[in-house]
Amino acid sequence: MTIAMPLPDADTLERREEIAAALRAIVPGEGVITDADALRPWESDGLTAYRQPPMLVVLPETVEQVSAVLRWCHAEGVKVVPRGSGTSLSGGALPLADAVLLGMGKFKRVLDIDYEDRIAVVQPGVTNLAITQAVEGRGFYYAPDPSSQIACTIGGNVAENSGGVHCLKYGLTTNNVLGVELVLMNGEIVRLGGRHLDPVGLDLLGVVVGSEGLLGVVTEVTVRILPKPETARAVLVGFPDAERAGACVAQVIAEGIIPAGMEMMDRPAIHAAEAFVKVGYPLDVGALLIVEVDGPAAECDHLIEEIARIANANGAVTTRISRDETERAAFWAGRKAAFPAVGRISPDYYCMDGTIPRRRLPEVLRRMEELSRQYGLGVANVFHAGDGNLHPLILYDANVPGELDKAEAFGNDILRLCVEVGGVLTGEHGVGIEKRDLMPEMFSEEDLKQQQRVKCAFDPDLLLNPGKVFPVLHRCAELGRMHVHHGVVPHPELPRF
Amino acid sequence: MLEPRDESDLREIITDAAVGGKNLELCGGATRAGFGAPREAEQVSLRALAGVIDYDPAELVLTVRPGTPLAEVQALVEGEGQMLAFEPWGGEGATIGGTVAAGVAGSRRVTAGSARDHLLGLKAVSGSGTAFVAGAKVVKNVTGYDLPKIMAGSWGRLAAMTELTLKVLPRPRETVTLVARGLSVEAAHAAMACALGSNADVSAAAQLQGGEILLRVAGFVPSVEARCLALPGLLAAHCPVDRLTADDAAPLWWRAMTGGDLHGSVRWKIHLPPRHAAGLVRRLEAVGANWAMDWGGGLVWIAVDRTDDLVRAEAAALGGEAALVAAPEEMRARIPAMHPRATGAAMLEDRVRRAFDPQGVFATNRFEEVADADQL
Ligand SMILES: Cc1cc2nc3c(=O)[nH]c(=O)nc-3n(C[C@H](O)[C@H](O)[C@H](O)COP(=O)(O)OP(=O)(O)OC[C@H]3O[C@@H](n4cnc5c(N)ncnc54)[C@H](O)[C@@H]3O)c2cc1C
Ligand SMILES: Cc1cc2nc3c(=O)[nH]c(=O)nc-3n(C[C@H](O)[C@H](O)[C@H](O)COP(=O)(O)OP(=O)(O)OC[C@H]3O[C@@H](n4cnc5c(N)ncnc54)[C@H](O)[C@@H]3O)c2cc1C
Repeated sequence: MTIAMPLPDADTLERREEIAAALRAIVPGEGVITDADALRPWESDGLTAYRQPPMLVVLPETVEQVSAVLRWCHAEGVKVVPRGSGTSLSGGALPLADAVLLGMGKFKRVLDIDYEDRIAVVQPGVTNLAITQAVEGRGFYYAPDPSSQIACTIGGNVAENSGGVHCLKYGLTTNNVLGVELVLMNGEIVRLGGRHLDPVGLDLLGVVVGSEGLLGVVTEVTVRILPKPETARAVLVGFPDAERAGACVAQVIAEGIIPAGMEMMDRPAIHAAEAFVKVGYPLDVGALLIVEVDGPAAECDHLIEEIARIANANGAVTTRISRDETERAAFWAGRKAAFPAVGRISPDYYCMDGTIPRRRLPEVLRRMEELSRQYGLGVANVFHAGDGNLHPLILYDANVPGELDKAEAFGNDILRLCVEVGGVLTGEHGVGIEKRDLMPEMFSEEDLKQQQRVKCAFDPDLLLNPGKVFPVLHRCAELGRMHVHHGVVPHPELPRF
Repeated sequence: MLEPRDESDLREIITDAAVGGKNLELCGGATRAGFGAPREAEQVSLRALAGVIDYDPAELVLTVRPGTPLAEVQALVEGEGQMLAFEPWGGEGATIGGTVAAGVAGSRRVTAGSARDHLLGLKAVSGSGTAFVAGAKVVKNVTGYDLPKIMAGSWGRLAAMTELTLKVLPRPRETVTLVARGLSVEAAHAAMACALGSNADVSAAAQLQGGEILLRVAGFVPSVEARCLALPGLLAAHCPVDRLTADDAAPLWWRAMTGGDLHGSVRWKIHLPPRHAAGLVRRLEAVGANWAMDWGGGLVWIAVDRTDDLVRAEAAALGGEAALVAAPEEMRARIPAMHPRATGAAMLEDRVRRAFDPQGVFATNRFEEVADADQL
């Protein structure tokens, strides 16, 4: 528990009753939760090591209510933390003791589906999977597919720019969203993008996607939907070691194939998954690769043979091509259950999310093994191999004093390693609180200040989701914003540097 | 024209301008100089900041300096069987920096995205002369705000990019164009929507004035063949389709993608919900417009001789946005190049602009700026 949150503001805590009353006037009935027991379920997100009951929870049902809540909080200097389903793995939705938790769970309607233009307009509390369910009857789906898709909301996906196993071919959330309605911290409602491609002006939508709830509250999302591929096939390949699996991945891409998904697991992950779901994964291999292609049957049949050929040329020891949907599902079952499977072999696990240039994989795995020995904690690796996104699962026991701290330190070392080899701290889970203090590993003070200036343009009082993403939150005035009228600087005679 | 040799020159130039209250206009090949209002700002050419820094085809990542000619970048990746998937079409002298800063895309936009979707990371110098880094050099990254998105399509209004990291993708082995002719605008549109909504994986769809539609099928040979066999059946209710030879197809795609040889002294580029494209061109044909349509109807090029903003008004009435991409100087002085935005979004945009360029060094009057957006 090494990550510190901003100290709660004593005045705000004292005003709790008054704040609750004011919010009840905006969101009547059951929409404001203050009872200590009722607050407990809201005290953490998917990063469960960190818990903090919010000052209170408000559950608005209309955009007008969201706007009024934010306007009131803005005027009164009260902090707000937006929340979807609370599946964030980086603590992005962790409540603050002195902040209102703004739950978007009641925004559950699919507002419009336009099959001709292939878009769906939905409220932010709609789950990722529910979008696909709403359109699959007509042969469409929503492409980004985080493993948490039955639970996570599209509002959370927008905030985190979530990916999934198919994002190598179909992109992340940002590549599949056309527009949002956003409520700024001052209550102002703005629309960014809409129902067509490439809207005029600066791409503010592009910055809002992935902004982790720090720029505004998303109240409506327009996504692109795609025709469901005619078919999909997968091949399951075992390699003696990760080097050879990595070489296979590189050659698949070098030969011009962008598979729909390309997942790798290391030995501990394979064993945990097989013990859990028993789908017939080979146990005598060092690395397992699942490569899936989708599209017209003729394409899948052609590519799957090509991939099997490449795999064999790179030293595969087992190669199985799915013959039917049942077998394809079985190949995936182990991978999809990898997290809970690891949860069975270890009392607790901590999921990391760095990305590396793929060619550095063998070296990174080797050094991770060394770290594992050094910290005395096991690690199992699942890996979005196509795009270099690693998910090391660090095994620990929270009941052993000091192990959580050790797991966090191990995780931080892994992320530093990712940055050192030319990669990044997070490929899809977001910075949140988890990687906040590591940001200087990747960005200089100036780089971070530039990002924070953008934050100031949306939320100059820094009231929305504070304590997340930025290791140090400078007051906006300190960042040197100045008024400029028609290109004329006030007092041009004064030196500014 | 100022010609910095490296980043440090550039920082100095921008810092001086910021302190001195001067305006600067960034440019690469300046092929888009005719976009936007006439202005007097001193030009800063980034052409000398050129060259490839790193290209690793297997990682699908390319890092270049902004002044590198687009043609050179395209030749380099083509040599490795890859492409810039957003299909920039460039022009004599276009640079990669100007191409990305103009937020361009070609016909493949509907399925592959535009420049914004392929800019992974960058280095830049802000309007206060400070160098910063944003994004990264790997294809999957969500660390910090996605500033590369906003730098793509920023038209030199935020910061000067000094290094760009782009995602590259394999080039399709085979590309076939199917064509249908003699359709009404509405029937042609319905056929395009049907093809794009089918699982035949059509990567581009365009319509030309005169009732022609083009459908692009690209990929591995067996797949392309199978889809070309399936499409006539999928489109049976709409129209028969034929295969075009690559030589016959190229000029037709060029016309759709670039608005090419449309007759008219004033050129508009309209982005709109595709379902309204047919209605829009019907209304504009009535006032003598020539047009071409790409992105399945999401992009409409309009050429007219009239110098009022009727075209923009018609586009807006159908939920579209019209950019004035080429016009006589007198008209460009009068009518903003970019479609006006709703007040709230415009003010937010202006605050964001000043988050990069507090002194307004790059606010050259080329595009409309909001006078005071500080009403927070
Ligand atoms: C088992 C498991 C598997 C996962 N697999 C994946 C995966 O494959 N890929 C992946 O990318 N992620 C994955 N995740 C992470 C997580 O599911 C995603 O980040 C998801 O997008 C979070 O959505 P949520 O609705 O739960 O948001 P929350 O956790 O409630 O919130 C996440 C962030 O979004 C903000 N937010 C939420 N709603 C809004 C809104 N309406 N407006 C503004 N800000 C908002 C919050 O403030 C917070 O910062 C996984 C998580 C779990 C638990
Ligand atoms: C009317 C017209 C329409 C066009 N439409 C398209 C199209 O839709 N799709 C397409 O692919 N091509 C299009 N082109 C071709 C286009 O000219 C090039 O694709 C490219 O955008 C221009 O490159 P350039 O180096 O000449 O840019 P320039 O004209 O020099 O600059 C373009 C913009 O980018 C800014 N800029 C330049 N370099 C930098 C930098 N390093 N950092 C920050 N900002 C910078 C400039 O300030 C300017 O606002 C069009 C050309 C014309 C004449």
